[in-house]
Amino acid sequence: MISANLSAIFYLVSGILFILALRGLSSPETSRQGNYFGIAGMVIAIIVTFLSVGNFSTSIVYVIIFLVIGGAIGAFIAFKIPMTAMPELVAGFHSLVGLAAVFVAIAAFLNPEAFNLGIAGNIKLASLIEMSIGVAVGAITFSGSIIAFLKLRGIMSGSPITFSGQHVLNLVLGIAIFVLIFFLCKTQSENFFWTVVIISFFVGVLLIIPIGGADMPVVISMLNSYSGWAAAGIGFTLENTALIITGALVGSSGAILSYIMCKAMNRSFVSVILGGFGADNSIDDLKEKKDQKPVKNGNAEDAAFLMKNASSVIIVPGYGMAVAQAQHALREMVDKLKKNDIKVTYAIHPVAGRMPGHMNVLLAEANVPYDEVFELEDINNDFANSDVAFVIGANDVTNPVAKTDPKSPIFGMPVLDVEKCKSVLFVKRSLSPGYAGIDNELFYKDNTLMLFADAKKMTEDIVKNLD
Amino acid sequence: MEIDPFIFRLSIFILSIFIGYYVVWSVTPSLHTPLMSVTNAISSVIIVGAIIAALAGSSESIFSTSSIFGFIAIILAAINIFGGFLVTQRMLQMYKKKKDKKK
Repeated sequence: MISANLSAIFYLVSGILFILALRGLSSPETSRQGNYFGIAGMVIAIIVTFLSVGNFSTSIVYVIIFLVIGGAIGAFIAFKIPMTAMPELVAGFHSLVGLAAVFVAIAAFLNPEAFNLGIAGNIKLASLIEMSIGVAVGAITFSGSIIAFLKLRGIMSGSPITFSGQHVLNLVLGIAIFVLIFFLCKTQSENFFWTVVIISFFVGVLLIIPIGGADMPVVISMLNSYSGWAAAGIGFTLENTALIITGALVGSSGAILSYIMCKAMNRSFVSVILGGFGADNSIDDLKEKKDQKPVKNGNAEDAAFLMKNASSVIIVPGYGMAVAQAQHALREMVDKLKKNDIKVTYAIHPVAGRMPGHMNVLLAEANVPYDEVFELEDINNDFANSDVAFVIGANDVTNPVAKTDPKSPIFGMPVLDVEKCKSVLFVKRSLSPGYAGIDNELFYKDNTLMLFADAKKMTEDIVKNLD
Repeated sequence: MEIDPFIFRLSIFILSIFIGYYVVWSVTPSLHTPLMSVTNAISSVIIVGAIIAALAGSSESIFSTSSIFGFIAIILAAINIFGGFLVTQRMLQMYKKKKDKKK
């Protein structure tokens, strides 16, 4: 058994290692080292916990068995999961953090002696408050992440589910949680504790169901943030520095990502949370427009010809590329183009895909060097000097209407200036609108050639035609 | 008058939020997905609470109600720790520069 002071110092060390783990992600070169720092921090925290409890009875055998079971499941998932499934994996992992926080808080509530929080029925006030906040946020994280997972996985429809009085209901339930926590502190009654847990599970579900599929980058970041705050709440209860530091880091990390995502869509955080975006698309209006405007329809041969004669090509990937798993075919196409001395770069919009950095990971998986991949603000001026823009699976993030029509729901959203290219190739399955439910003007421009096909199949056909 | 230890923990918490703020802004956007998976892994340090709860049972009754919650939480957190770090590692291995792009 080691002293409380010594273990506190070790917890601090593991907290610092976690900071270094995040710091490492400032560039791909240092990132792998950063990950090792993170692992080291975790190992230290776990060993110190064993030593500080110092109870080496038979329980420890079970602890290790459960640790190994969980570890094996985790490792199996980590190696098997396809990169295109990253968003749902992350959502699933968030739900586990949330549930673990709930269970730890329940354990602490039932057996406060083990954590030095007083005795059952007479828990220290501060601990009780911290624990209830931890359990509430943890439960919201859990059920919210489950819904996000189901939506991302396609088990549940990605379209927003709204009903009248939804926001009022959420507000009432939110207030109810606080009131119940107040009574829990006053009476120490178990019933209030369990009610807080149950209501929080409901709130998590209600918070996420009205949010549409395309707002998922914000949702995932937000749940990431919540999982951090839940951990911090438990950290306060357990008086554990490693947990407090980590919770704060993760909480602010998720919050920043949510902010970046909202900004990239020019939407306020509140409007994303309130949800319902993209639900009311005026389909009649669209049909009318389609009849009026002609679209230039091309095939793989035309596309190959255009690109072969270009000197620079910019690829704009989007969620459609992920769905079709077209990243490997795309990379093959780019290799062929490069052999013909054509300069190829990739332009990534911050909200392309279903989670922050989604496209970057997929391109990295297909062995695209990361220094050929550029963010919106770094590449947007290059479109004017490029010959071909190859838009594959992206839609709204290229829509020029965001710059021209103040009435459009996406007005003000930063978009890729694809239309400035000499010609635009647009791989898409149909003319259907994107998540914002609005038509893309780009489809009807003179310099746009629409390639109607599955992204992967079309790319493969283009590769054949490039020979 | 002595300062309540809670205040110290609160100070650590708030300073850590600031550290998190500056550190995360310096993360390159192309690594935002690994950032999420690694934050996931490290927030599973909540496993320390689960271990304390699980070890709290006496040798006669290893599985009390509270330690059972602890044991389940250990499994959940362990899935996250191993899954989170390994999938992050797997992703980071894929980020390569132009010169070593050979398979």
